[in-house]
Amino acid sequence: MDAEILSRIQFAFTISFHYIYPPLSIGLGLLLVVFEGMYLKTGNKVYEQITRFWIKIFSLIFGIGVATGIIMEFEFGTNWATYSKYVGDIFGSALAAEGIFAFALEAGFLGILIFGWNRVSPKVHFFSALMVFLGAMFSAIWIVVANSWQQTPAGYHIVGEGMNARAEITDFWAMVFNPSSVDRLIHVWIGAFLAGTFLVLSVNAFYILKKRHLEIAIPSFKIALVTATLFSLLQLLAGSRSAEGVAKNQPAKLATMEGHYDSSSKADMYLFGFVNNKEQKTTGIKIPGGLSFLLHGNFNEPVKGLNAFREDERPKQVNAVFQLYHLMIAIGMALIALTLYACIQWKRKKLFDQRWLMIVFVWSVLLPQVANQAGWFTAEMGRQPWVVYGLLKTSDALSKTVSANQVLFSLILFMLVYALLFVLFLYLLNKKIKHGPAEYGAKENIDEGTRRNNPVIQQKN
Amino acid sequence: MGTFIGIEYNVWWFLVFGAVISGYAILDGFDLGAGALHLFLKKEQSRRIALNAIGPVWDGNEVWLVIGGGVLFAGFPVAYAAIFSAFYIPFMIFLMGIIFRGVAIEFRSKEPGVLWRKTWDVVYCVSSVVIALSLGLMLGNVAYGIPLNAEKEFAGSGYSFFNPFSIMVAVTTLALFMMHGAIYLTMKTENRLYTKLHLLANSFTVFFVLSFVITTFYTLLYIPHLSDYFKSHPAWFIIPLLMVLAIANIPRQIKAGKYRYAFISSATTIALLLIMVAIEVFPYLLYSTGDPQNSITVHNASSSGKTMKILLIIALIGTPLVGVYTAFVFWTFKGKVQLDETSY
Repeated sequence: MDAEILSRIQFAFTISFHYIYPPLSIGLGLLLVVFEGMYLKTGNKVYEQITRFWIKIFSLIFGIGVATGIIMEFEFGTNWATYSKYVGDIFGSALAAEGIFAFALEAGFLGILIFGWNRVSPKVHFFSALMVFLGAMFSAIWIVVANSWQQTPAGYHIVGEGMNARAEITDFWAMVFNPSSVDRLIHVWIGAFLAGTFLVLSVNAFYILKKRHLEIAIPSFKIALVTATLFSLLQLLAGSRSAEGVAKNQPAKLATMEGHYDSSSKADMYLFGFVNNKEQKTTGIKIPGGLSFLLHGNFNEPVKGLNAFREDERPKQVNAVFQLYHLMIAIGMALIALTLYACIQWKRKKLFDQRWLMIVFVWSVLLPQVANQAGWFTAEMGRQPWVVYGLLKTSDALSKTVSANQVLFSLILFMLVYALLFVLFLYLLNKKIKHGPAEYGAKENIDEGTRRNNPVIQQKN
Repeated sequence: MGTFIGIEYNVWWFLVFGAVISGYAILDGFDLGAGALHLFLKKEQSRRIALNAIGPVWDGNEVWLVIGGGVLFAGFPVAYAAIFSAFYIPFMIFLMGIIFRGVAIEFRSKEPGVLWRKTWDVVYCVSSVVIALSLGLMLGNVAYGIPLNAEKEFAGSGYSFFNPFSIMVAVTTLALFMMHGAIYLTMKTENRLYTKLHLLANSFTVFFVLSFVITTFYTLLYIPHLSDYFKSHPAWFIIPLLMVLAIANIPRQIKAGKYRYAFISSATTIALLLIMVAIEVFPYLLYSTGDPQNSITVHNASSSGKTMKILLIIALIGTPLVGVYTAFVFWTFKGKVQLDETSY
């Protein structure tokens, strides 16, 4: 394998692993604000316990998110030096803004969120939760802006030629609000909210099944269910707006997503299917002319197909993109069905009586995660062979000084380390969930040895 | 390239980059140093106090590394691309250090088992040492220069990074961080643990002074391009002089029990040290040891004037904000460490 494919695998692997965590931070951040807000408003100790429990899980998730996120920032330089030179003016600006405006806010207030319970007033603590949440939201803004500029470049001009060519900003706000950034940002935010809320649903469904911590599990479950239902429905709107944007700005990607080749014919919309890229044939269960209707309001209107693009300017992995895209949509629909069904049962006061429903919720935590990954793979693989759409090819973006062996070494290292991290993460998460929310009045976490040797704590007691 | 108060944007951005790197070295420096001396503390109780001394702030400190990466990427993309692709393997090892250190701090307290905690203690200490050494190694190589080709990309072999000068810089960096970390911990501890750290702070100060003096003499004697500016502009020797005063002030303040002043002195030492490096290196960001024509400078590696202006506005808005809440977090956790139910 050459350095290009190895670097692509390494980037895909490290970013996919990283992306397990930030959506959880954003989604849990939102619920932390809600839980702690409820505590502040009602003074009910149950909400304090819920908040404290989820902050502990949040800190575990955040820790791995940061550690794996720092890798991403430098991987552009290590493996994609030509890309870095080409887009530094633009992409670098977005990353710098992310560091200063978003990450600093998030990481700064995280200390108070985790360790500050006995140091600041409840209001300041709530404010810290809010800032951590907003920091995570701002991070998403700049990262999605940077990525969206790769999908739909705007507000730039190209200076220099050949190896020295680079994109420079001409209009900052046109770069930030490029044609796809707002739609994609909303899509990403909602995806993150779903990841966080379904984690909360899953853990509480587990407690309800085991009949443990019910006084905490039931209110948490209800709050999370309302949030999850709302965002599952909103994601339908956000997702379809995103798809319309792809149709307008990246027709080759859209044609890949639906396996549509012939520009002179109407385009179908598939529920399930399979693309044979060699024979340029897509088979499956479909709504004939569905894509034509979605885009033009007419079932027979032709849609630009893959054959309208040169072989070397359209994705090769058509079937993979098709499958990932449809997997994401199928999960989106499943989430809507699941949450609406649960809401109906809630209205009938039967929500917690059906064991199977709780079992489904325990496993449902995987669904938004898989959908988020599938969506990003669709976006990134569907953009190929371009790294910046229409401007720079992925194969031209590499670091020329880095050899395949060096990349292979680092890739193996990442795989081993991340596998270890993931096992430890699941082990600790599982342990925390099994342990459950604790009574914090008793200071039970301080062992006897600590108490004896620490003059400060001795005084307090 | 536009100007602001008579200074070109890209020179401003060089100053911003220098300030961010100094901020990173001062802030993450003390928690890396605390990590590097972690195994000198033997008791579980001492280790917990030391960990919780950095607990609420180390994540915020590491943000400066992320900002530094962004600042370099945005302002000097050519330098960003050349440096990180050249130092591929050392940098990957540095990143592994970052990962392991982050999770070691996070994971350690999650299980009470002795073996579990001892394992993460070792991981925490080793990764802190690896990070400090690899940062120093990269700083040494960036200052010394590496062979670059006409496309401003690395044109040498990976083993050349382990040259005597860079190894000396690496050891000096580690010593500096250990001194800085020990002083920080004296601010945060009491009783017997404090006494122990007091002694450690003194030893690491000696360790730092020795390695610094050796590195300086080596530079003056053998590396003309890193010493000619000072030799030809003797007025600048005021900076090393100030640094000597700052270092000398450290044991004095510790003895007087004024840990905060001792900490400020060691932070000043770090800043002055980096200012010295910046003065010698400027205008080079990465000196080419082969053909000096291929060197990457502040002028030939920068982003467009428009981007520079936008970046400066971002920095002007963002930096005071970061300053305010960083100060707020440090103020919230001021004083000696008190363990409670939320501690590591």
